Amino acid sequence: MAITEVRWHARAGQGAVTAAKVLAEATMAQGAYVQAFPDYGPERMGAPLRAYNRISDAPLTMHCAVTNPSVVIIVDSSLLDTQDVTEGTPEDALFLVNTSYTPAKAAKKLGRSVDHVYTVDATQISIDCLGRPIPNTPLLGALARISGLVKLDVLLEDLAANLKKKFPEKIVKGNTESVERAYKEVKTK
Amino acid sequence: MGQQVAMTGNIAVANAMRQINPDVCAAYPITPSTEIMQQFSNFVADGDVKTVLVPAESEHSAMSACIGAAAAGGRVMTATSSQGMALMWEMLYIAAGNRLPIVLAMSNRALSAPLNIHGDTSDAMGARDSGWIQFFSENAQEAYDNLIQAIRIAEHMDVRLPAMVGMDGFIISHSIESMTLLDDQAVQDFIGDCITHMPLLDVDNPKTFGPLDLQDYYIEHKRQEYEAMKNAKGVIVEVAKEFTELSGREYGLFEAYALDDAEIAIVALNSAAGTIKTVIDELRSTGVRAGLLKPRVFRPFPAEEIAEALSHVKAVCVMDRADGVNGTGGPLFPEFRSALYDAPKRPLIINRIFGLGGRDLGLHHVRDVYGELQKIAGTGKIETLAGYITVRN
Repeated sequence: MAITEVRWHARAGQGAVTAAKVLAEATMAQGAYVQAFPDYGPERMGAPLRAYNRISDAPLTMHCAVTNPSVVIIVDSSLLDTQDVTEGTPEDALFLVNTSYTPAKAAKKLGRSVDHVYTVDATQISIDCLGRPIPNTPLLGALARISGLVKLDVLLEDLAANLKKKFPEKIVKGNTESVERAYKEVKTK
Repeated sequence: MGQQVAMTGNIAVANAMRQINPDVCAAYPITPSTEIMQQFSNFVADGDVKTVLVPAESEHSAMSACIGAAAAGGRVMTATSSQGMALMWEMLYIAAGNRLPIVLAMSNRALSAPLNIHGDTSDAMGARDSGWIQFFSENAQEAYDNLIQAIRIAEHMDVRLPAMVGMDGFIISHSIESMTLLDDQAVQDFIGDCITHMPLLDVDNPKTFGPLDLQDYYIEHKRQEYEAMKNAKGVIVEVAKEFTELSGREYGLFEAYALDDAEIAIVALNSAAGTIKTVIDELRSTGVRAGLLKPRVFRPFPAEEIAEALSHVKAVCVMDRADGVNGTGGPLFPEFRSALYDAPKRPLIINRIFGLGGRDLGLHHVRDVYGELQKIAGTGKIETLAGYITVRN
């Protein structure tokens, strides 16, 4: 059984829990068994928050914490200075950082090899596409590109189907555009 | 059949309630209750159900309203958790003693103090002697399935007892996972119409509910409750068989996982059982004969069936995610140990209290427990009968 564990580092209110949910739904649409859950504590807007995914090709029975993720997504780059975002990760863990930094600069901050570090300016992309800084959605596009966990077309279809229930066409389109842009613009060394 | 979805335990349970479409739902709709009631009140507001929703000012009042509605002849549900369950305590006995088949969805959460909101079974254990049937669920799928079956079991004329369906707070209630929803109509067909018995609203045949019942008849009525709980065992199995035909998913009084030929075994409720299964698969691949008994119901307590399932095992650890604070182990421990007292062969049994207030039970903790059981099975000696794990020393 192949299980991929993902950890999201964000600040409360940035949509990381929603992003973990969308990732779960999109990977489930590809036939995977999925889990998505955050660490719950006192809920304060802007407080550091972790959320997790487990994605598996066989049914998942374990319900313990994710302690050794092989994929880490940093939604807010200010957390690089205050949180141990590499905690428990193997040396070849993949890091995706929302930042305007180059992968080399982000890798230096992480103390990891640039081979496994990717960056994308998801905040700028969401401002361009949606007029608001909601970086979680474009990050999923970048993740699709670098991890192979989810296919871009499946992600776009799932996202559009979900957003259509609540939002007008313009917002749906802005979101899917932001995913496509991040997919194209994610930087590697 | 059914629809594959990814949803939290809370939303899964709220959807079961939507598909059940009870006549009345009275609840205290905010914390300590979880999102179940928030989601269900959306269904009510959207007209997806015909339920009369009674937002009460406390859980004590919520259960009181449920009792009234059930006595009137309605199909009645509620949801609570933690301190809310504790505040319902007095009325739980009245629901059971009046033989009212109310069904309660519960996210099992710790009790204060210290103040904590996370998962353990302390809330349910406080209600274990109240006369309610108690279900426990490993994951969102089981919570959903158990809630649907609980309606049939509670309303069965050989039972007529209220039932509570638990799942671990946060670990299941607030976590998204893959599961399957049944079709709305399939759930309606499965549960059928509400089976009423001497409803108060049958005004042509007036009845009295809850009168004084002193030395003359109280004990006869309690005896009937005892018989009803005994009957529940058979009804639970019968309803589970029908549910398997509908869903393909199998249920019984407990789940025996890799237990038939096990030399060492763990007993655990709720989500911990899933984590334990992962370790069992790992141990089995290296030739260690490890198994699990996951109780689905704690009330009724299926003592004979448990004795039969565990008597061949050499060493057993009963794991409690609650402490009765009696100084000698958690609430499951004495009951499981006593179930084996009359068995011709019985295992050595230890107790470990774990995970209180949501403390994580990791794979390594479970490996350690099986390691200790292997040692006990080998030497025939127990070093520590009962104690805490997943704890700072």
